Amino acid sequence: MPETETAAAAWGVVPSALLVMGAALGLGWLVAAVDRVVLTGAGAPAVLEPVRSSVRLLTEQRRTTLAPDPLLWRLGIAAVPVLAVLSLAVVPIGGRTLWSTSVDLVWFNAMEALLWAAVWLVGWGPNAVHALTGGYRFLAQGLAYELPLMFSLIAVGVGAGSLRTADILSAQAGLWFVVSMPVAFVVFLASAAAFAFWGPFGAPTGADIAGGVTSELSGVDRLLVEAGRAIFLGATAAMAVALFLGGGSGPWLPGPVWQLLKTVAVVVALVWAGRRLPVLRPDRVVEVAWTVLVPVTLVQALVVAVLLLSGFYAV
Amino acid sequence: MLTDLSGWTVAAVVVLGVLSVAGGIAVFVVDSMARATFALLASFLAVAGVLLAFDLVYLAVVTALMMTIEMAIMAVFMIMFMMNPAGLMPMTMVHNARGSAVTGAVTFVVLVVGIWTVDWPIGRTERPEDSTRQLGEAIMGSHMLVMLVIGIGLFATILAGTVLATARGRYDRFGADLAAKRPDDPIPGGLPR
Amino acid sequence: MTAELVLQIVLTVAAGLIGVGLFGALSQQSIVMVMMGLELVLNGVLLAGGAAWYFLAPELPDAQMLVVVALVVMAVEMAMGFAVTVAIYRARQVDMVDMATDLRG
Repeated sequence: MPETETAAAAWGVVPSALLVMGAALGLGWLVAAVDRVVLTGAGAPAVLEPVRSSVRLLTEQRRTTLAPDPLLWRLGIAAVPVLAVLSLAVVPIGGRTLWSTSVDLVWFNAMEALLWAAVWLVGWGPNAVHALTGGYRFLAQGLAYELPLMFSLIAVGVGAGSLRTADILSAQAGLWFVVSMPVAFVVFLASAAAFAFWGPFGAPTGADIAGGVTSELSGVDRLLVEAGRAIFLGATAAMAVALFLGGGSGPWLPGPVWQLLKTVAVVVALVWAGRRLPVLRPDRVVEVAWTVLVPVTLVQALVVAVLLLSGFYAV
Repeated sequence: MLTDLSGWTVAAVVVLGVLSVAGGIAVFVVDSMARATFALLASFLAVAGVLLAFDLVYLAVVTALMMTIEMAIMAVFMIMFMMNPAGLMPMTMVHNARGSAVTGAVTFVVLVVGIWTVDWPIGRTERPEDSTRQLGEAIMGSHMLVMLVIGIGLFATILAGTVLATARGRYDRFGADLAAKRPDDPIPGGLPR
Repeated sequence: MTAELVLQIVLTVAAGLIGVGLFGALSQQSIVMVMMGLELVLNGVLLAGGAAWYFLAPELPDAQMLVVVALVVMAVEMAMGFAVTVAIYRARQVDMVDMATDLRG
């Protein structure tokens, strides 16, 4: 298998880290803007809306609650965007990842697992009942989506014979993985919405609990958490393009353009579909996930393993 | 024989090691149960960082992944069962603190004496190119029996844990003569019954 | 710095984790805190296992397998610990080890 240099090795650590930061901001903006367009139907003004609301949140005065746990609260708030950017470190941008280990997929999954702790802390910190309820809802939802997400990542790893994103990209040179792993693809995108606690999986921030984990956030705190959610959603869309849609492969246009187009398409599809579904209750999600999605994703992994043995994948 | 770790890596390992022990001590010092849980998580993450420095990428990342999920669940139970979840009402809940401290200290001293007197057999062989591949091949090859036993153990844990933790059996769900068509569950769930 | 010195420093840290964890597991009254102490002991095992692999036997996967087994032991300990805590709390509202001394047998 051809060795692909990491971005840090090819372009230097600082420029490529800045590139990933820029990509993170771009993806976050993309998600917020598309969300705005889908929600309001407005055209051009919606594109500027994320910038405007960011500036407004930056200048807004921060309010606090009675007897909060400031240390854990701030830690959780800061962790959400940091983890989102770190998960982007193994997503290929222009064909290269910021850094590459032999376990890129597990790294991506671990960043999302650390988000469990971060979101729960955001809910715990303000010493407020709605926020804490939201935190517990997120944990319940996490128990639901984690196993199907892991099995769909395992299916990708088995198909490519590697956990490295670069190898997964090169394994899709002939045929995109979405063809042989449609279930894993759908589960991966649903999990993206679930760990960004967004759309149909927005119960942790539900209106019935006055905004849940985000209910006591204000000013820059709210900006960080909302940006982190948007970046996570965008990063997962970019990861889905790399894992299932062949990354930058496509005719006529250069790779990065294809990758960008596919990412935008996935983001638009995700936001459009997510905004048209009702919010699901976590207790229902858990039962469906454990009794339907876990077996289905296991069968998906089995199908991939059998296809691999029969020489379907050019590994 | 000189170590092949760079000076910066050694410094990072030492700092992370100190952090992990400090996190471990903080678990039993802080009043807030939420802080205790996340102090333990900090300790785990520091150890994961050390494993990363030792080229054990898979084990490091999987440690961070498993322990974070475990600690998030742990926090729920800590707050459910402890009388002082947020540390707003300081109290001590210890017994035999002196004896425990002596036991802990004696264990530490015995281990340290062993660590600094044993002649460690270092650097006789080659390092593998990819530690993850080495582990994977061991799991699916020479050490498969270990994983088989682990799998059975985990399955037994799932069953035993569920049986212990749930208070409801089939008679609670389907009635005394098991005649009910629909189970009577307190939480409806997402699938039609 | 010699490799042996680094190994000894790391193992000392692991011994520190084991000592602190043992103190916690023995001294805490709450069942959940006892489990935290046990987790800390196993954390020391993880660290020592990783150091043993890197410095002593990197050509063999055995030390890595030891770390994997320690991780699984942690998961099993957590699951069973919580199940037992829930069971005993449900039966008699007990959440401290001192209230369950009659289980000594």
